[in-house]
Amino acid sequence: MIIKDVLCPFCGCLCDDLAVEVVDNKVVDVKHACKIGASKIRGHDRIKAPMMRDDKKGEFREVSYDEAINESAKILANSKRPLLYGWASGVCEMMKKGVLLTEEVGGIIDNTASVCHGPSALGVHEKGLPTGTLGQFANRADVVVFWGCNPVQAHPRHMGRYSVFTKGFFANKGRRSRKVVVFDVRKTDTANLADEYVQVNPGEDYMVLSALRAIVAEKGDVVPETVGGVPKEKLVEVAETMKGAQFGIVYFGMGLTQSRGKYKNIDNAVSLVTELNAHGKHSIIPMRGHYNVTGFGQVCAWETGFVNAVDMSRGYPYYNPGETCSNDLLMREEIDAAFIIAGDAGAHFPAQSIARMGKVPVINIDPFHSASTEMANIVIPTKVSGVELEGTAYRMDGVSLRMRKLVDVDFPSDEEVLDKIIAKVQEIKGASS
Amino acid sequence: MELKVTFISGRTVDQGCNLENKTSKAYFEAAGYCEMNSADAGRISVEPGNNVKVATDFGSVVVPLKICEGNPDGLIFIPMGPWANAVVDPNTSGCGMPGFKGIPAVVEPSSEEALTMKQLMARLK
Repeated sequence: MIIKDVLCPFCGCLCDDLAVEVVDNKVVDVKHACKIGASKIRGHDRIKAPMMRDDKKGEFREVSYDEAINESAKILANSKRPLLYGWASGVCEMMKKGVLLTEEVGGIIDNTASVCHGPSALGVHEKGLPTGTLGQFANRADVVVFWGCNPVQAHPRHMGRYSVFTKGFFANKGRRSRKVVVFDVRKTDTANLADEYVQVNPGEDYMVLSALRAIVAEKGDVVPETVGGVPKEKLVEVAETMKGAQFGIVYFGMGLTQSRGKYKNIDNAVSLVTELNAHGKHSIIPMRGHYNVTGFGQVCAWETGFVNAVDMSRGYPYYNPGETCSNDLLMREEIDAAFIIAGDAGAHFPAQSIARMGKVPVINIDPFHSASTEMANIVIPTKVSGVELEGTAYRMDGVSLRMRKLVDVDFPSDEEVLDKIIAKVQEIKGASS
Repeated sequence: MELKVTFISGRTVDQGCNLENKTSKAYFEAAGYCEMNSADAGRISVEPGNNVKVATDFGSVVVPLKICEGNPDGLIFIPMGPWANAVVDPNTSGCGMPGFKGIPAVVEPSSEEALTMKQLMARLK
């Protein structure tokens, strides 16, 4: 059986045109996906059963789902400062339960944006976000800027489907309708496909953004001969290209959020785009990583008022990134238990932060053996959302789409496990109050 | 023989393909390496496949070398993952985000073996 119009549960592009062949309840072929999406849908070796161990250096022993769930609930109910992290590789339905569990245990809920586009949220708090949908950008954009992002490697079909090569209603010649500019610290595969590559010194994007703002505002006389390693002449040329756009779009990534300046880079990039709007129509959008990391921001915002790093210990939602983000909490050694689900803190946090996880009980909900599994005391395998489970996900531009189920498996869903943990936590807390 | 460089981490297609396959050799090969241009490699006399030790104020890691001519002089790249995490800056500057890019580092040839994901995680518990 060939299932058409399958959505890809890997990156924020959420490509929705895949064709997956299923024979005897097994995926045997994935068409139209990129290499990463195909790899994800084809699947990898699974954790076969729940596992527990007291000593993180010891071997796991297989246990029942009930035992793993009850022990997880005990750890969370009895901890004073649990961190519930991940949430990006799941569907919105499980995220809602995650917020509820966090509230029940008075913990902190944080998602993978913490080490990805968390600073973008802060930049947006400062300046707002003149943005749109990928469909609008595909149809209209005649100047496309990639700043500190490398879609050829991280979002392989982005340039084909949405941003560069696709033919749009107005940009009807595809690649020939668009001027592509890449700002990066190294000549990436994306830069190799651009019309203009602007090489910025590492950590000096903020200055280059400021120089472009000055030139766009016709105050180029204050710009020095070189800014951030870029000759003024080149900056003037690129600023003219951007100003000359009928519809300009800036896609940005970790090159801005993770380097010096962090959220201030986003603040400045949004300001540049806002000022460009005096000359044409311009938009800006973060290149979101996990397929439903955007969905977590939506769910968390409608449940708590904030997009991530929400501390429920006061009995009401409290948000102060820099204080309530996972790495701040771990580095201050505040956390006394960690619940890692649909994200891999073990593989994507600095070693010093992970070392704190080595000292506290860790519960890991994941279909696959991750680096967080290595740090865990309890491991509970669940369904792979978007392959074995349907549900809602938000594309990087905030468009909600319905993920499809392709095969049936016996594993429980994240939501089912969370429901059981919540019920058990309520039982433990009820008995002690 | 050592070289002062700036370190960045980031995604790659192969790292992405093995995100749910982290105990495999494929993930080790996809995320456990260091890229620099051939001029920089020449400066410390290392060939592709030779191990190098990357050290920052926050830790060190040994990984094999790959050449990428897109990197300007003095810029090294390790794909995001446990190998990069050994040397990234945990300081969030008050905004939640650690420093995964733009970290001063020193790179030198190494005769040590590169550690697997499991071995790296074992150092942290």
